[in-house]
Amino acid sequence: MSENTLTIDGKPVHFKDGDTIMEAAIRAGIYIPHLCHDPELKPQGNCKMCEVKVNGRNCSACTFPAAEGQKVLNNIKELNENRRIIVQMLFVEGNHLCPGCEKSGNCKLQAIAYSVGMMEYRFPLIYPKREMDTSHPDILLDRNRCIFCEMCVRAGREVDGKEVFAISGRGIGNHLIVNSPSGLLKDSLLEVTDKAANVCPVGAIIIKRHGFEVPIGQRIYDKKQIAEVSVATEKVLEEKVHG
Amino acid sequence: MAEKLKIATTSLGGCFGCHMSFLDIDERIIDLFDLVEFDRSPLTDIKHCSEYVDIGLIEGGVCNSENVHTLREFRKSCKVLIAVGACAINGGLPALRNFIPLEECLAESYLTGEGIDNPQIPSDIELPLLLDKVHPIHELVKVDYFLPGCPPSGNAFWRFITDLAAGKTPTLPYDLVHYD
Repeated sequence: MSENTLTIDGKPVHFKDGDTIMEAAIRAGIYIPHLCHDPELKPQGNCKMCEVKVNGRNCSACTFPAAEGQKVLNNIKELNENRRIIVQMLFVEGNHLCPGCEKSGNCKLQAIAYSVGMMEYRFPLIYPKREMDTSHPDILLDRNRCIFCEMCVRAGREVDGKEVFAISGRGIGNHLIVNSPSGLLKDSLLEVTDKAANVCPVGAIIIKRHGFEVPIGQRIYDKKQIAEVSVATEKVLEEKVHG
Repeated sequence: MAEKLKIATTSLGGCFGCHMSFLDIDERIIDLFDLVEFDRSPLTDIKHCSEYVDIGLIEGGVCNSENVHTLREFRKSCKVLIAVGACAINGGLPALRNFIPLEECLAESYLTGEGIDNPQIPSDIELPLLLDKVHPIHELVKVDYFLPGCPPSGNAFWRFITDLAAGKTPTLPYDLVHYD
């Protein structure tokens, strides 16, 4: 085997110095499920969907450095079962009522749930009371659907150069807060063209007045699995950002 | 020919949309009658389950005391119980009231809301009492299978029932799994 090679599910994958396992996988066109990874943002390991086995140890692929000779297991029954349980916990922890959500069909949480075969919730639903913020003229914030991936937090800080969002509280008290004198989105610096406004994997941050432009049933993940979509779009972005 | 499977269906806190979607199997209903006969169901108007039913399809979440009784009757009679649709699986849109105290819900509907004449909260003995919250059915009884969708498509119903009739574990291909 040549230098800088690891294997993912037995397939040799070349990586560059400084790559994480996720970055190497994306470049090689291998899908590792993820909700909080974006090639443009620093990895943070929040969602745990990308848990893989590296030489027998479980790690987050998005934060774990790639190294010579690693044997990585990704698409195996044990890990996919873990992913299904994580998705189920995310569903019962928030209020994810897909039939009433504009993001349905374009939602990554839903798409991963479809792909890991989630047919039910397994756990008792919590139905937490969460606040909506409809104050911004162009952007809706519905905390019912927030999964605390911090994509909007990091996109604001790292790409838009604005500290708009943050996570406050701990455990079940976790909630997304807005950096403005009133705490409302309308008084923040968030604009509709910001990455932070467009990066939400679920329906927590929605651009207003575009609802149902694409009908239910014809959306991204209605016909294509997230693995196929993700490999097609993120490889280009990864190569653009990290070469 | 083997004896036909008995199917019972009901809607708890649902909109009957799942039942309507079931009928979207269209002319395949003729083939269905070769495989199954309907027991308790709004389609037959039979009011109670037979002692032994093969498959129970439950639409809707558990909103009131009558839903609890109905669900328990189904679980007692049905060998296989299937939660059908978003509401049976997660409470669905009726569960939006879970964020509002029941007293406030009733007051808005019957006492203080717009256009109310002779405000009073209905309390007839015939009316089932509302539960404090809407519950998915798996929180009350053991559920064997879940058929998601709002509603599940006719094709999803067809696949599920024919798989079960063939003695197989029902599985749906990717394009038949939807939560919306």
